[in-house]
Amino acid sequence: MEDLRPDAVPGGSGSAMEEIVGESINRGLLGAPAEISIAAIETGGEGESSRHKLSLGAKFAIGWMVFVILFAIFAKLGIITWGDPNESFTRCARRGPFSKEGSVSGFLAGCDSNGRNMMARLALGAWSSLYVAIGAIILGFTIGGTLGVIAGYFGGKVDTFLTGLFNIFLSIPGVVLALALVAFLQGSAEQAQDAILSPELILIIAIGVVSIPLVGRIARASALSWTQREFVLAARSQGAKHRRVIIKEVLPNVLPAIFSISLLGVAIAIVVEGTLAILGVGIKPPTPSWGNIIATDRGNLFTSPHIVFEASMMIFFTVLSLNMLGDVIRSRFDVREGVL
Amino acid sequence: MSKPKPTDIEKRVSAAGSTVTQSSETLLEVSDLTTYFRSSRGLVRAVDGVSFKLDRGKTLGIVGESGSGKTVLARSIMELLPRSGLERNGSILFEGTELIDFGPKEMRPYWGAQMSMIFQDPMTSLNPVMKIGNQISESIREHLDVSKQYAKELSEQLLVSVRIPEAARRLDEYPHQLSGGMRQRVCIAVALACGPKLLFADEPTTALDVTVQAQVLDLMATAQNERFMAMILITHDLGVVAGRTDEIVVMYAGRIVERADTKTLFSNMKMPYTEALLKSIPRVDQPSHLRLSTIPGRPPDLVNPPEGCKFAPRCAYAQDRCTQEEPPLREITPGHEYRCWFPVGTPEGAGALANNRAQGTTATGLVFQEPEVATTTRGDG
Repeated sequence: MEDLRPDAVPGGSGSAMEEIVGESINRGLLGAPAEISIAAIETGGEGESSRHKLSLGAKFAIGWMVFVILFAIFAKLGIITWGDPNESFTRCARRGPFSKEGSVSGFLAGCDSNGRNMMARLALGAWSSLYVAIGAIILGFTIGGTLGVIAGYFGGKVDTFLTGLFNIFLSIPGVVLALALVAFLQGSAEQAQDAILSPELILIIAIGVVSIPLVGRIARASALSWTQREFVLAARSQGAKHRRVIIKEVLPNVLPAIFSISLLGVAIAIVVEGTLAILGVGIKPPTPSWGNIIATDRGNLFTSPHIVFEASMMIFFTVLSLNMLGDVIRSRFDVREGVL
Repeated sequence: MSKPKPTDIEKRVSAAGSTVTQSSETLLEVSDLTTYFRSSRGLVRAVDGVSFKLDRGKTLGIVGESGSGKTVLARSIMELLPRSGLERNGSILFEGTELIDFGPKEMRPYWGAQMSMIFQDPMTSLNPVMKIGNQISESIREHLDVSKQYAKELSEQLLVSVRIPEAARRLDEYPHQLSGGMRQRVCIAVALACGPKLLFADEPTTALDVTVQAQVLDLMATAQNERFMAMILITHDLGVVAGRTDEIVVMYAGRIVERADTKTLFSNMKMPYTEALLKSIPRVDQPSHLRLSTIPGRPPDLVNPPEGCKFAPRCAYAQDRCTQEEPPLREITPGHEYRCWFPVGTPEGAGALANNRAQGTTATGLVFQEPEVATTTRGDG
């Protein structure tokens, strides 16, 4: 066993080939590590293929999201319409799915309390809900992510200040904060007769602001742990500037974490939009959103439950899918470091 | 075992055959450098009054246990320590320029281009999401005004020079596709990219497989000779520095406790701590199941260090005087300094040892153990 001591290894200017051979001989002599390394290679191989195989849930999630997004875009652009979402067929009001009442036929998802085609409303509602939720999260992702990475990277006073700010915002219940922001922004928009601040944009800003500290805290925690890695110090010891270190070294490692939390954030934002609609500050009827479909017809829950049920199911499956996709992305882009 | 065979370390020390040459030009001169951290418990004296000189093209070894301030010393010289709560005084002359008051902005031209560092763990000192080629060319593009294409060619040459096979293909690979030894080679390539005059190697082989350690050290020595670059090799393993350094500094509790040229240090060590470190290295000529020698106790608390000699609580030579008065750094021959009242291999030391042997304990209450290996090590140095 003495020959395995570092001093006894012959040569030094050997190639990597020698290095590998030396390593395998070493392992072979010691016995157990050789088995471990074979086992590691095998499990590594399995891991590799299972990493590329999607679970049934993930397949469903991707399928559902593709469906919902196409559903929304086609409805918005009028490529596939299910009729006018605002046209009222009074005789058909509150009829359930597949209703064929009188002269009008073929309401696939039934009608709401005003006799409007549910299918058309759900499709356009998908557009409004996703538009607001995704817009809000892009806002939160950009601002929260930037602030979080800055806080985590620089630490010290910058971190104390930004984390304090996040905590203040987090201490206010999200819906209350969004409600206050909507009320404030709507008031100022009406006063200024401002055409830029459309009702959707107001909602995007309100929900976006609420999501900033959520994304920010995750980004900060992730950036903090990556910043303490030696490769950041190594980059600095090579003379890289802070901006370069943040963008090239820290950000690529932080991105999967905040991207994954942002997908969950979209799901939360859809629910928040629905909550705001029930409180009366969501997207203004007659423009449908999933939230305000529920809000408008929640009084008819016992007589015609399909209205609330259908919109709720849309929210339910979308939120579920986004959660699953968030997990898939997190595990897919989880940075693999050592396989040794 | 009538006449002990010379150990590898001894062979390498004599092979190096380095003599003290003071004629060449001084590259780095550190005088009385202190690095303190303010903490809630008080001031942590991580580096406490360290002075040394390093000539161009020479190699200095810094040896000591974990927590003796080696890494902090290196990062303090390079100004890579976090600035909050840091108190740093003294003087660092690099090519005659005083660096102690420089901030990160002033240091940036020095980082990478003038001095650069190799880190302990190649697993964490490469960015896992950046291609090898980009990691090398990044600092080239930062310091030298060259085109992207040229930087890429330079990166490939660097990979070839650190003996990575199929360098062109490796440029497009990620760190996890390389083995530990190859990753450390890449780290060396990154550190050498801009041709620094001074290279810090902070335990460059600690995280590597023993079979690769010698190769990496030889590679660094070759690179150093080719570029006439000075190197500071930090390690806790005297076996690593033997024969690869011109001078060795032994650190304990943030201070230099012994400094000598490599040959003198191994043949005529004066500090019991150096002796104890050497004793802790397993030897080829020992039976394979012999229990390894260790230094009893732990390094001292750097917030409230003990009075007197910092090593006294763990030292087999400790006398009453050691616990009361801290020995100054005394120069015995030119270039050989040590910090001890009862040095190894002197009548005082022998007397202290005999006294402790008779009592069974040292002045600090440590159970006496014979520092026996040192006698055989010094046998035919």
